[in-house]
This record gives sequence, structure tokens and C-alpha cells, in this order.
Amino acid sequence: MSRPVTKHLEIPAADGDGERYSLRMGPQHPATHGVLRVDLELDGETIVTCTPQVGYLHRGIEKLAENKTYAQSLILTDRLDYIAAMANNVGYCVAVERLLSISVPLRAKYIRTMVAEMSRICSHLLWLATHALDIGAMTVFLYCFREREILLDLFEELCGARLTFSYPRIGGVRQDVTAGFIAELQRFLDIFPARIEEYETLIDTNRIWLKRTVGIGRVTGGEALSLGLTGACLRGSGIDYDIRKHQPYDAYDLVDFEVPLGNDGDIYARYRCRMEELHQSARIIQQCIDRLPPGPIVGPDTPDLVMPNKAPARFQAETAAYGTGLVKLIRDQNLYLAGDVYVATEAPKGELGFYFVSDGNNRPYRMHIRSPSFIHIGALAAIAKGEMIADLIANIGSLDVVLGESDR
Amino acid sequence: MDILLLLVWIVILFIVVMLHVAYATYFERKIIGHMQVRLGPMRVGWHGLLQPIADGIKSFFKEDIIPENADRPIFLAAPIICLAAMLTSLAVLPFAKGWVLADIDIGLLFIFAMSSLASYGVVLAGWSSNSKYSFLGGMRSMAQVISYEISMGLSLVGVMLLSGSLNLSAIVEAQGDRFLGMYILPQCIGFFVFFVSMLAETNRVPFDLPEAETELVSGYCTEYSGMRYAIFFMAEYIGMMVMASIATICFLGGWHGPFPVPFFPPLWFVLKVYLFMFVFIWLRATLPRYRYDQLMGLGWKVLIPLALVNIVLTACLKAVFTLGG
Repeated sequence: MSRPVTKHLEIPAADGDGERYSLRMGPQHPATHGVLRVDLELDGETIVTCTPQVGYLHRGIEKLAENKTYAQSLILTDRLDYIAAMANNVGYCVAVERLLSISVPLRAKYIRTMVAEMSRICSHLLWLATHALDIGAMTVFLYCFREREILLDLFEELCGARLTFSYPRIGGVRQDVTAGFIAELQRFLDIFPARIEEYETLIDTNRIWLKRTVGIGRVTGGEALSLGLTGACLRGSGIDYDIRKHQPYDAYDLVDFEVPLGNDGDIYARYRCRMEELHQSARIIQQCIDRLPPGPIVGPDTPDLVMPNKAPARFQAETAAYGTGLVKLIRDQNLYLAGDVYVATEAPKGELGFYFVSDGNNRPYRMHIRSPSFIHIGALAAIAKGEMIADLIANIGSLDVVLGESDR
Repeated sequence: MDILLLLVWIVILFIVVMLHVAYATYFERKIIGHMQVRLGPMRVGWHGLLQPIADGIKSFFKEDIIPENADRPIFLAAPIICLAAMLTSLAVLPFAKGWVLADIDIGLLFIFAMSSLASYGVVLAGWSSNSKYSFLGGMRSMAQVISYEISMGLSLVGVMLLSGSLNLSAIVEAQGDRFLGMYILPQCIGFFVFFVSMLAETNRVPFDLPEAETELVSGYCTEYSGMRYAIFFMAEYIGMMVMASIATICFLGGWHGPFPVPFFPPLWFVLKVYLFMFVFIWLRATLPRYRYDQLMGLGWKVLIPLALVNIVLTACLKAVFTLGG
């Protein structure tokens, strides 16, 4: 908190508007999930107005991308939603592929679908952990981390990183999966449904949990649409919108899964939606494992990355002139056509869209990221108004925001 | 001479209780750790056994920060008020037959008075810190303690009616050493109300709103650091022990057990208190937290009416049995 200006707190008047006071919650606060700041005007503990402030984690990712080639910008997307970096990577690659009309081999599509769903499970587990912790259920937090750890270990085995993967690449994926990886993943899928039940026994029918979530933070379907909510926050209000189903990318049109929907649009409905999505994600991963076809993992027309000294002789001069480092796109310039494209993917938190404006260069003229967290934080003011401080915390948890993505 | 002896006893009790508090934190961290598929403290000493000592030393040497705009005298006094009130209530607890510092006839009322006084410490801490989080924590604490003090007092009226005394030793004696004599059986409603109020009174989960970490950072002790913070911590744990002792005395037959222990008469008492401490910790690992208004609703709409019903029932039954017998 900033330094108080007054010597002592003013004693609130006994009645009327004099009771209102302001409270600045964050950017350093245990429950604002990173560096979200919420300026509250309170009447007792009831929220009169709620103004979220973002920007404490701004790194200029969109601007940085303008100075990098498409392949180089991939690492920036790791830093968006760092809880589900794989989903961002996939979303970025899908968007660039659409822009450059690059095809992806089937095996790579399946692998990407698989890792994106693993990422979704990671993200939802972290959401459940922190959401439950915010409401006070401490044990769920550590149970979720136990399972998340298995997945992070799997990611580490796959690509060497636990947080910032950069595993998918434009036109495919970086390395092939090993038999050992598949076996470990299968072992995880075998235990996972029982673990989900374990979380549910702790909180699902807990009277205090129900009191804190049912009917709190209610958003109707129409409101959710006008607020721009996506992902589980929208589906919790009963709107059937899932990009994986309605505009399939990668292998989502080749696997079976259901889109869980809620009715009430309250915190409990969103909670149930995400819990069901955990089951559905496990189901998608299982199908990917079962149907994983043989074949190449990178397409033939991929703008590839090579070390400058390994580039063919005719590119050497250009590489030297480019002079910025190790990697260089060695495709012909005519790959990059002028134009713009908006491609959305279903990230764990909602609709993650990439908007590119290309002027025919090998770098985007403009990259804009439509991040679900930013839009959800914007919705917070409308949702939390009139509720209590404790509900605000539950709402922040329920909207599942991550500030790396919001502030970009 | 008597006074000298009493002083020695006070010092012994103080040391024993302080060590207990230190190890209650260890106990809590270990149990919660194992409930949460982790190990708890492991580094300091064998299985972390010296962790409480290390924590004590650490908090003792930490810088003592007093916010510039805090109300200094009150800020300094608040933790002491908490701790002193909690320690004072230890004086009237009978740990075994005759093991009591002050065997006064208003023992039960004295405990209530002291635990109410301790809440002054919390409220003053919240007020004097000049921080809004502390202030909200203090306000919550005030409201919580006032409403739950009522249900707690009412829940024990049944015990008073049955035993006919407010003297804690007399209450234990009235229950006798038979299992069926324990007041938990005839006073099961009273015990339920008391147990819930006890959690609220000691600010434990699911009623830990005054220090709700995720909402109010650390509630009333947000601005406290070092030893002053540790004093609040100690007061909370002593409070837990006092409340567990009251529950043991009023409902579980105090120091009575299946057989008398020759050299250490308070053994059964201590075991029963540990049982309650374990339940405190178990609940913390299991339950989420109530919301402020839900907590008040529970107190005023459920617990107080239940306690009143219990009083009427107990009084009627007692009248019937006394007249009949």
C-alpha cells in the first residue's frame, strides 16, 4: 500500500455516504494473481465501485514482435500466459501458418493437440489450486500441484523446458515424441480421473464452498457476450462457444470431445465447467495417443530455422547482412504476402487471438494479441459491483486471469 | 512463603506453556504437511524438531518495524494486551486435581472475560496500524468476537445448570470419572455450539476472517513484524489451548480418564487437549473460509437459537429429574 496521507484513519460517520472509503488492492497482494491492481470504493465491506488497473507487467511484446521474424517471435508467446505457454505457442503457430499458408503434417497436428490439452490441464490445475486457496481451502492447492508436477516433468522430457517451451514451430513441432514420453503420459492419464475425484470430494459438496460460490459473481449469457467473456467464463453462462469445436484447428476436428456448459453463470458454474474440461482434455489426449499416426513432424514448406553458418551458400551473404544472431528464416521473400489475418484458438483461459498485418516482409508489420485475460479483467468491474471484498477475490479467481497475458 | 511458591509455579507454567506453543506450531506444520502430501519442516534438527526454536530466534532478531503514521503507544501495547489476557486465563485452568494456580469460583466467567479482553488487543492493533487492511481485520474481529462470545456463553449455560457451579474444578468433579458422566452426552447440542464458537473465538479456519490472507493480506497484524508479530502468534496458540482446555473441562471430563496415572496426573487432560488441537489443525487442512456476512448469519441465526433451545431443554430435563428423583 502507498503511504497513508492522513495521520489517522478518519472515523466513518454513523450513516449515509460518509461510510465510503477507498482501498487500493494490489499490485502486491496475495490474491491478485500477479500484479493486478484493483481500486475499490467500499461501503463497509461492500464494493461500490471496482476499477481494475493493468499494465504493471507490460513488456511491449506486440512491439517487440515487429522487429523479429515470425519464427523468432515464437519465444515471446511463451511469456504471455506463462501458465499455459504451450497453448500460446500453438495459437501463434496456427495463426502464422494461416497467414503464410503453410501446411502441417498430421502427426505434428496430433502432437500439438496433445500438448495443448496437457497445457490446458496444467492451467486448469493451477487455476483450481489458487482459486481454492483464495477461498481458503488450502489442501486442494497442494494436491493440484502434485499432478501439475507430473505434467511439467513430461514437458521437460519432451522439450527440456518446464515453463517456457517454444516447442511447436511454424509448420510442425520441434522434436518428435518418444515412446517413453507416451508411456509416462498414459500412466498419468490412468491416474488422473481418480485425482479429479479427489479434488471434488474436498470441495464439490462442501457446504462452505457452495455458500461461497453458488449465486456469487453471476453473469447471464447476454451479459457474458457483451462483456466479451470467452472460454469457461462464457460457457459457464450457458453459451455454447468453443473454438476447438466451432472453428477447429490442428487435430480438434479429428477427435471426439464434448463442450461442457453451465447454466447459472455463477462462480460454481464456471468451476464445474472447468472441472468437466479437465475430463474432456484427458479424453482428447487419450485419443491423440491412440491415433498418433507415423510421419514427419515438420511440413516441407516450413520457413526453417538454421544456424547462419549452416545455411546454404546462396543465403550466406544475406545472413551476414542481417547480422542479428544465430537464426535466420531461409525462405524466399515471396513467401510473405501482404495482407492481414486474425486467427483465434481456444487457450485454457478463453479465446486467444493473433492478428497480423503483413506488408510482405519477413516480419509482421503489426501483431496484435487478443488475450482473454485482458478482457476478463475488464469484465471484473461489472461482475464484482455490489458484492463483498471476499467475493471479489473469489471472482478474480473464477475469471482465471493471468497478468502476463493481460499486460503483454 | 506461599507467594514465593506461587511465583515458582507461575514461572513453571509459563515456561511449559511457551514450549507448548512453540511445539504446537511444529505439530501444526507437520500434520498439515502430511495431510497435504508434503513433509513439513525437515531441515532444522531431526525431522525439523528444532524448527520452532529457530523460528523463535529468527523473529527475535528481526527488525522491529513500526509504521511512521501508526499510533505508537497503542501499536506497541496491542500485542501485549493479547498475550497477557491469554496467559492470565491459564491461571484458573485445573490441569489435574489440585493442579490449579487460582481455584476461584467464577473460573468460567473469568475465562470469558479474559478472552474478550484479548480481542481488545486485536481491535487496537487493527486501529493503531493506520492501514486499511489492518483496520478491516480489526473490525471483522470485533464483530466476530462479540457475536460468538454470546453463543459461546449461552452454550455453556447448560453445563453450569448440570454441574451447579462456575468453578472449573467443580465442573470436572461433577462429571465424575465414568465415561457416561461426561457432559458431551447430555450436552451434545451445547458441545456443538461451543465447538463452532470456539473456532470462531480463536480465529481458526473456517472462521479465520480477521486475518484472511487472501483478502486482507494478514488482517490486523499486517503491519506487525518480528517479535511483535510472534507475540500475536503466541497469543493465538495459547488461545487455542485455553479453548481446548475449556472444552475438555466442560464436556470431556477434564483430567479423568479410564484409569488414574500415578506420576503425572494431568496426562488425560493433556491428551484430550491435544485431541482438540488436532481437530483444529485437521479442519484447517480441509475447509474453505466463510464470508463475513455468512459468518454473522451462522452465529446469530443458527448458533444462538440452538444454544437457547439447549438451555431450555437442559433446564426442563433437570427440573423433571430433580423433582422425579
